[in-house]
Amino acid sequence: MNIHEFQGKEIFRKFGVPTPRGEMVTTAEQAKAVAQKLGTPVVVVKAQIHAGGRGKGGGVKLARSADEAEQLASKMLGMTLVTQQTGPAGRLVRRLLVEEGLDIKRELYLSILVDRAAEAPVIMASTAGGMEIEEVAHTNPSAILRETIRPAVGLQPYNVRKLGFGLGLSGESLAALGPFLQSLYRAFIETDASLVEINPLIVTGDGRLIALDSKMNFDDNALYRHKDIAELRDLDEEDPLEVEASKFKLNYIKLDGTVGCMVNGAGLAMATMDIIKLAGGSPANFLDVGGGASAEQVKNAFRILMSDKEVRGVFINVFGGILRCDVLATGVVNAARELNLTMPVVIRMEGTNFEQGRQILRDSGLNLTLADGMKDGADKIVRLAGGAR
Amino acid sequence: MSVLVNEGTRVVVQGLTGREGSFHASQMVAYGTQVVAGVTPGKGGTLHNDIPVFNTVAEAVKVTKANASLIFVPPPFASDAVLEAIDAGLALAVCITEGVPTLDMVRVAAALRGSGTRLIGPNCPGIISPGKCKMGIMPGQIHKQGNVGVVSRSGTLTYEAVGQLTHLGIGQSTCIGIGGDPIIGTSFLDAIKLFNDDPDTHAIVMIGEIGGNAEQIGAEYIGAHVRKPVVGFIAGQTAPPGRRMGHAGAIISGGAGTAKEKYDVMEKAGIHCIASPADIGQAIAEEMRKPAKA
Repeated sequence: MNIHEFQGKEIFRKFGVPTPRGEMVTTAEQAKAVAQKLGTPVVVVKAQIHAGGRGKGGGVKLARSADEAEQLASKMLGMTLVTQQTGPAGRLVRRLLVEEGLDIKRELYLSILVDRAAEAPVIMASTAGGMEIEEVAHTNPSAILRETIRPAVGLQPYNVRKLGFGLGLSGESLAALGPFLQSLYRAFIETDASLVEINPLIVTGDGRLIALDSKMNFDDNALYRHKDIAELRDLDEEDPLEVEASKFKLNYIKLDGTVGCMVNGAGLAMATMDIIKLAGGSPANFLDVGGGASAEQVKNAFRILMSDKEVRGVFINVFGGILRCDVLATGVVNAARELNLTMPVVIRMEGTNFEQGRQILRDSGLNLTLADGMKDGADKIVRLAGGAR
Repeated sequence: MSVLVNEGTRVVVQGLTGREGSFHASQMVAYGTQVVAGVTPGKGGTLHNDIPVFNTVAEAVKVTKANASLIFVPPPFASDAVLEAIDAGLALAVCITEGVPTLDMVRVAAALRGSGTRLIGPNCPGIISPGKCKMGIMPGQIHKQGNVGVVSRSGTLTYEAVGQLTHLGIGQSTCIGIGGDPIIGTSFLDAIKLFNDDPDTHAIVMIGEIGGNAEQIGAEYIGAHVRKPVVGFIAGQTAPPGRRMGHAGAIISGGAGTAKEKYDVMEKAGIHCIASPADIGQAIAEEMRKPAKA
């Protein structure tokens, strides 16, 4: 789960990670009031959307007076911000963060995440703050410091020294790094974050370390023990169909093709998308209905696929095994009737009571086509729903 | 032969009395697996479907000589269940549970190092040596005893591959679903080493997914050490980038973990790579017709 920058900074402050002073606002008047309250010669107005690259897209501006902050805010609120990460549709700006301007001496990069290979948290740092870390990794991989934290003992002073000297810190900023990292590491562990990223982490003229930005992602599997963080979810930032799907425990991701897919299991769902492409079509979505594929799941899945206007046909690919095909077939027929489904549907299913399942589909009188194996299914649905545009 | 599980495997099911544990334990017994004990704290001393239930794994092991644990414990308690299996000195623990927090698995991974326990999973279908032992939730009837080792990150896609093999009359030595989570007990590399050392495994199917670099590490080992034919497929060739995991995660693994990246490494390792998931069985059939490599 993602959260906004201002929410990430609130979590930072709770754990003692220094951030600029500032407040989230939703109106231009509030922006002016906050700028006045901050009282610094420069304030920064930052659009709050769940996507990076905001600066280049015009979502981060400097104001030299409270009036200018108000003007900028009135322009930014309600605008559609397009960045590299939002895609061409962009995101509507509903909130702004107004913060004090700071005396920036250096910009660094810092993040914590779990390294799959080391099976441990790793701190990544670089002196190339403000740059996209992917770019640094590509052009100058040796500029990225990596410090693996032993999970049993946690962050140790030697970890901090390696990073501090590696970043070329000295004096006050070097002394500040220990407490800064301890606080950030605690925030990472205690919130079950999957990523904490600060880009840039700044060194001020007087040697302080301050998190100028904040990006936090959380492990969805751990949200059950962090109710406060689960509440920070902003549904406005997510695709409405994906939000709808998540209510029914359907794992759905919208794509831009025309063949709707309904599959049990993530790996098979991806493989189904692949085989549709190989057959000359284009998948409209990734949809994993889970291992069970119950009648209720099938109905909700159909509803979601049908509300995607691009979908011209549906390919159901279920390898049940233990799942009973007669139950699945009944679920499909009932859902298709209830929802007045008219578009072509191709069904490939394997499992117990396979013959009975086929009979139920044949007898339904609906626009349902049976397939033998996933290749046959993909060929049939592409023929019925049309190939890639 | 087979790897990790066989006729001598004596299974204790942690979470036996729950809905999932109960159902799948019965399926396993019907398949012929020796399910010798169950563990549900507070229900020790009772029988569940004729299987004795214990309060702790240690007690179950002491009384029944169980040597492997199958875990069906809900996510908040799953990591503790694996730690308990390690503590009881079991050689094998298989965790089916989906949704275990990553940081819980970080602690489990640390405990596994230096222990005598091998973990498979979490978030996996389990392991089966057809005709000998089914330890998991896979449909037993689609399998056939034979000489192909199957290792896969996914559940139903593994069934798909196994279904194709069996349909062509090709049996399997052992099929291992290693699970799709970021941190898992048994990697592609571990499974491939086991298959390579098993004289009755004559060919290997590896089914990967986009993300991470576990397939590449396995493939590099195959290139250097494995003379048995290997067929490889990567799911997610058409998946849009960046949806599964943040870019910082991809960088750590030394690449974005795209299907192309993985196929490139696999091709270089001499693996018979296929683009269509419908061709897995056919590719193994072709490989097994070829004369053995020196």
